[in-house]
Amino acid sequence: MTPAARRILGSVILIGVVGAAGAALYVRGPGPMAFSGGPKVALADYKGPNPTGVPANMTSASPIERGEYLARAADCMVCHTAPGGREYAGGFAFKLPFGTLYSTNITPDKETGIGNYTDQQFLDAVRSGKRHDGARLYPAMPYTSYTYMTDADTLAVKAYLFSLAPVRAAPPENTLAFPFNQRWAMTFWSALFNPDTRFEPDTSQSPEWNRGAYLVEALAHCGECHTPRNLGFALDNRKKFAGALTAGWRAFNITSDKTTGLGSWSDDDVVSYLSIGHAKGHGTASGPMGEAVDHSFSKMAPTDIKAMVAFLRTVPAVPSPDLPAKLAPPAPPSHRDGMTANALGKTVFQGACVSCHGWTGESALSPMATLTGAWAVNDPGATNVAQIVISGTKRHTPQGALSMPAFGKSHSDTEIAAVANYVTARFGSKGSQITASDVADLRKQTEQ
Amino acid sequence: MKLADNMLVAASPANKPSGLSRRNLLAGAFAGGFMFAFQLPVRAANEPTQPPDTTEGKFAPNAFIRIDTTGKTTLVMPQVEMGQGIYTAIAMILAEELDADYAQITLEHAPPSDKLYGNPIFIIQATGGSTSVRAFWKPLRNAGATARAMLVQAAAEQWQVEPASCTASNGQVMHAASGRKLSYGELCDAAGKLTPPKEVALKDPKDFSVIGKPLKRFDTPDKVNGKTIYGIDAMVPGMSFATLAQCPVFGGKLAKADDRAAKKIPGVRQIVVLDDLVAVVGDHMWAAKSGLEALDITWDEGPNAKISSKDIWAHLRTASETDGVIAKSVGDIAKGLATGERIDASYEMPFLAHATMEPLNCTVHFKGDSCEVWTGTQIMSRVQSEAARAAGLPIDKVTVNQHMIGGGFGRRLEPDMVVAAVRIAKQVNGPVKVVWTREEDIQHDIYRPVYRDNISATLSNGKVVGFKYKIAGSAVIARWLPPAFQKGIDIDAIDSAADQPYDFPHFQCEYVRVEPPAVPTGFWRGVGPNNNVFAIESFMDELARKAGKDPVVFRRELLGKAPRMLAALNLAAEKANWGQPLPARVGRGVSIQPTFDTSIATVVEAEIDSQGEIRLRQVNVAVDTGIAVNPDTIVAQIEGGIVFGLTAALYGDITIEKGRVQQSNFHDYRMLRIDQMPKINVHLIKSGEAPGGIGECGVIGGPPALRNAIYAATGVALRRMPIDRDAIAERKKS
Amino acid sequence: MANLNINGEQKSFDAPEDMPLLWVLRDILGMTGTKFGCGVALCGACTVHIDGKAVRSCLLPVSAVSGRAITTIEGVGTTPVGARVQKAWLDLEVIQCGYCQSGQIMSAAALLAATPTPDDSDIDAAMAGNICRCGTYVRVREAIKHAASERQT
Repeated sequence: MTPAARRILGSVILIGVVGAAGAALYVRGPGPMAFSGGPKVALADYKGPNPTGVPANMTSASPIERGEYLARAADCMVCHTAPGGREYAGGFAFKLPFGTLYSTNITPDKETGIGNYTDQQFLDAVRSGKRHDGARLYPAMPYTSYTYMTDADTLAVKAYLFSLAPVRAAPPENTLAFPFNQRWAMTFWSALFNPDTRFEPDTSQSPEWNRGAYLVEALAHCGECHTPRNLGFALDNRKKFAGALTAGWRAFNITSDKTTGLGSWSDDDVVSYLSIGHAKGHGTASGPMGEAVDHSFSKMAPTDIKAMVAFLRTVPAVPSPDLPAKLAPPAPPSHRDGMTANALGKTVFQGACVSCHGWTGESALSPMATLTGAWAVNDPGATNVAQIVISGTKRHTPQGALSMPAFGKSHSDTEIAAVANYVTARFGSKGSQITASDVADLRKQTEQ
Repeated sequence: MKLADNMLVAASPANKPSGLSRRNLLAGAFAGGFMFAFQLPVRAANEPTQPPDTTEGKFAPNAFIRIDTTGKTTLVMPQVEMGQGIYTAIAMILAEELDADYAQITLEHAPPSDKLYGNPIFIIQATGGSTSVRAFWKPLRNAGATARAMLVQAAAEQWQVEPASCTASNGQVMHAASGRKLSYGELCDAAGKLTPPKEVALKDPKDFSVIGKPLKRFDTPDKVNGKTIYGIDAMVPGMSFATLAQCPVFGGKLAKADDRAAKKIPGVRQIVVLDDLVAVVGDHMWAAKSGLEALDITWDEGPNAKISSKDIWAHLRTASETDGVIAKSVGDIAKGLATGERIDASYEMPFLAHATMEPLNCTVHFKGDSCEVWTGTQIMSRVQSEAARAAGLPIDKVTVNQHMIGGGFGRRLEPDMVVAAVRIAKQVNGPVKVVWTREEDIQHDIYRPVYRDNISATLSNGKVVGFKYKIAGSAVIARWLPPAFQKGIDIDAIDSAADQPYDFPHFQCEYVRVEPPAVPTGFWRGVGPNNNVFAIESFMDELARKAGKDPVVFRRELLGKAPRMLAALNLAAEKANWGQPLPARVGRGVSIQPTFDTSIATVVEAEIDSQGEIRLRQVNVAVDTGIAVNPDTIVAQIEGGIVFGLTAALYGDITIEKGRVQQSNFHDYRMLRIDQMPKINVHLIKSGEAPGGIGECGVIGGPPALRNAIYAATGVALRRMPIDRDAIAERKKS
Repeated sequence: MANLNINGEQKSFDAPEDMPLLWVLRDILGMTGTKFGCGVALCGACTVHIDGKAVRSCLLPVSAVSGRAITTIEGVGTTPVGARVQKAWLDLEVIQCGYCQSGQIMSAAALLAATPTPDDSDIDAAMAGNICRCGTYVRVREAIKHAASERQT
């Protein structure tokens, strides 16, 4: 190679590197709390009440009890438990377009779990995505959120996990295709997208807001489902909480947008939805959100739920253009009125669905089964409607278990598409037009 | 006619200590006291205890008939009513020969007794296999005619005339010459003192006044207003309510059950922990159910924990390739299969659950030295003996109260639910009703076996030369009625296969006994013929196509020696407009069946849309069942059977994963619903032959006829049930 | 102590608030005409009327029906529509085992009360939630039409 050629090549590389860095910074975008605009300070320098840790009434609790509360707030169990498996023993499948990832066993079993983890190794894993052997974790583990947790809280979670009975259970091997099976590549991803920094309160906001911010961002990791992803598969906080399709389910817009977000919900509605997974006139949480309510939010202190709501209220409105601006009123009481063109969908509906949901959508059996007002039936993509039909839902409420059976195994993709289209057309303001192959895709994303 | 009040509740307590010899009863001894054993009117289980009815002075010539001085005529039902209309049919047969007064007839459930009420086909007291009318046709007619002859004799003696000069009708004996009349009630004392005649003349069928009429059923008036008491409705003073969980893996045991949370549920009284099940006992089913959900149970899943449907099928397929026991051989099968063009095919049938609408249940009061059971069962005497065994008591210390059955379909030919309930009740103070949840009912059924049938045939000049049919599957008979399992042949598994209506020159039927690992198998409405008729009739359509012939024509040519079957085929084809053009992706399919001494042909017309979804358009069934005791019941049984069979063809599939059944309720064990129904036209063929069986027949013909309709409409030759909708979609999904 | 109006009578009993009406009827009040079939509103065997509308009692908490008029199979015959349906069921000999028929009759009576002359699609819409394992569907449909026509004559 001639010197000239080398120079040219060098400059091209330089331009490439600078460009890539710039592009990367652009792709990375703002952090999750950047929207608030106020001055952020290190926790140690914050003068207000401590926004981290457990609620005030638990400060004298043992580290294990505190850890239990925080582990629930961080919702560790749902992802680290296989369907029908032992809690925290791992094996839950994340179906990705390029293979399947399985969650790990985080019981203190020394061979198959985390029994040998030191405190530092635990902190590294949870907040930096670094395994005890130095290998990188895939970001299915939301360490880019957990990174905001304090040392004390993270180690309290560890204390709790170490108090559990060890379960000997090795999850199945991941089945990721090349190049996604190259864990080392996650080093670069991490460097770019994991801020690897602790929570910093915003001094211009109220203590309640800061508590809410810590819970929402560090522990509950809401953005992992509700914030769209960028080209690098990291959260795009320019559209923070504007809704996204995650793991085969639609996580709806929870910004302050008045038509497609939470803007028109009252505070009590949001509190109710988080606390029991249901708010009158707004439908019922199912799928991953139902699990989050059952295993996480419903176990949290009312003051913490209120703090989360206070924080959520300040997230800037971003509309979801693909959602109709209006919800539909109750459907007509007669099967003859309203949706008529979809005979197969109607057949499935009148045999399997109408007994609970009614022709109007307002359930005679339980407000939790009411479809009127639910976002899912107003989604012209019908993602969640189809998923609930396929997988059913089982919710644990203060009033007892409430479930809808899974119709997926006994109904064809054609039938499920038809009934989803019927339901969205009858109870939403813009019916869906999904096909059997859409349903087949949805099944693939959630089957365990 | 009406049902005994006790049918509204728990029926006759059996084997109340009466000191009676069954032999005497069997011999038809007379004194009213003998009837005491099953004449006790049963206290209404949810009403205050009633005094026992007196039985003195009744005319009771045999186990089936009793007439008191007021003329009240009680008919004891040896077979149990589970919807098939058998109480009405039995009463009609008895009443016909007895010339009873219909208005005075009362029906009662029979108590357990193989000797008195054993089904002549099975020997034991069992209702199944579409045998009731066939098996009891002669005995009941004889019983009725004997009683009538004695009543006539009693009247003749009183009048001092020849019995032959007397006639009987409507509960009266008449002497036309003198115009004298005596009612059966007035005659019962005198008749009771006579010796029953050894031989009696039966009516000529042309003189039947009851048999052959579409009479109203006796059991239905109480079924429209909620009065009928099924087993699950038994209410006993002081009872508690329980529900249970058995290890989800077949054969597994309980490791431990943490009941701390369950005990906190209001209304939960007790947790019964046995080695293979846990039951929660409460003030009501809701407490029991909630308590069960709150239990934290760890199972020891045992050796079957890894078995899946895949393993079961691999096992069955391998076994089906071995030589079977020859059940029937005509001509020279080796020669037959060496002549002409050979076609081979295999057909496979899935496990099926019964899913009776009335979930499994049994109420038991274990009192230490005796035990009382309330349930609805198809096997009265076996339930008594199995309950006795489970209770550790002699048989005569166990009383069984029979009930109306909310769906049997073969599930209640098993005593497992009674045994479980007795084991639970032994731990409970006072009576306890054990009710299975639907999930438990479906996941702990005794399933219709998986079958694989290998068929080989040869065609020469469009005609069948050799036809070899080999069945591989469970021998339910070997477990259920061991003496009937002879020489390695299960008479149920080969039913409607070994004895062919088709005149094949060279024919052989073989049977390979294969028991599926882990999964218990039993009878399911339609039993062995479901499998055989499906495989043979599906294959017949494939042969017809190979031969270039219309499926009806092809069959017709082979039915020269089966005129009743041929007539049924012709009638069904005619009524179905066989041969008339149909729109695209609409097809007609036919099947014939020689099942339970009844000849049936079925034509199904169905439309298959581009996605493979099926719309049933019309079903025509031609039925020759000999003398039709109650034609309306026969039509109803065929209509209902069609639904039962087509439900299985469209949806029925019990699958196993990790040693457990994957289905649990009607969302994943799916049923045909009213809005999916085709028109069903049943055409009865008049016949003077002895009655055939009917209760299961309708189930059998629908699936192969639908399969053949799909074959006609799409060209896809399905060889497995249930129907794979992807396989028959116009554009197969990627 | 809960208090319900069932078939025109006041009934008082103790029961947990979340207890489904089905088990109150069957196990506490001894009204066993209403049947348990699936427990999850998939089969219709437990159908009762609440203020005249067909509702599955197996998932209906007892706390949700206080102050409302409950009609069960034991009482439906006192309404003209219910009596017509029962008669039609007998005239056409609909019933086989009968276990699901309490629910079928309750659904049919509610249908006819709201839609006196139903066509096939009305029957489908009202009755598809009621499973019959004996397969009496053909006659259920005919009997509903028969009951409707009886009203007109």
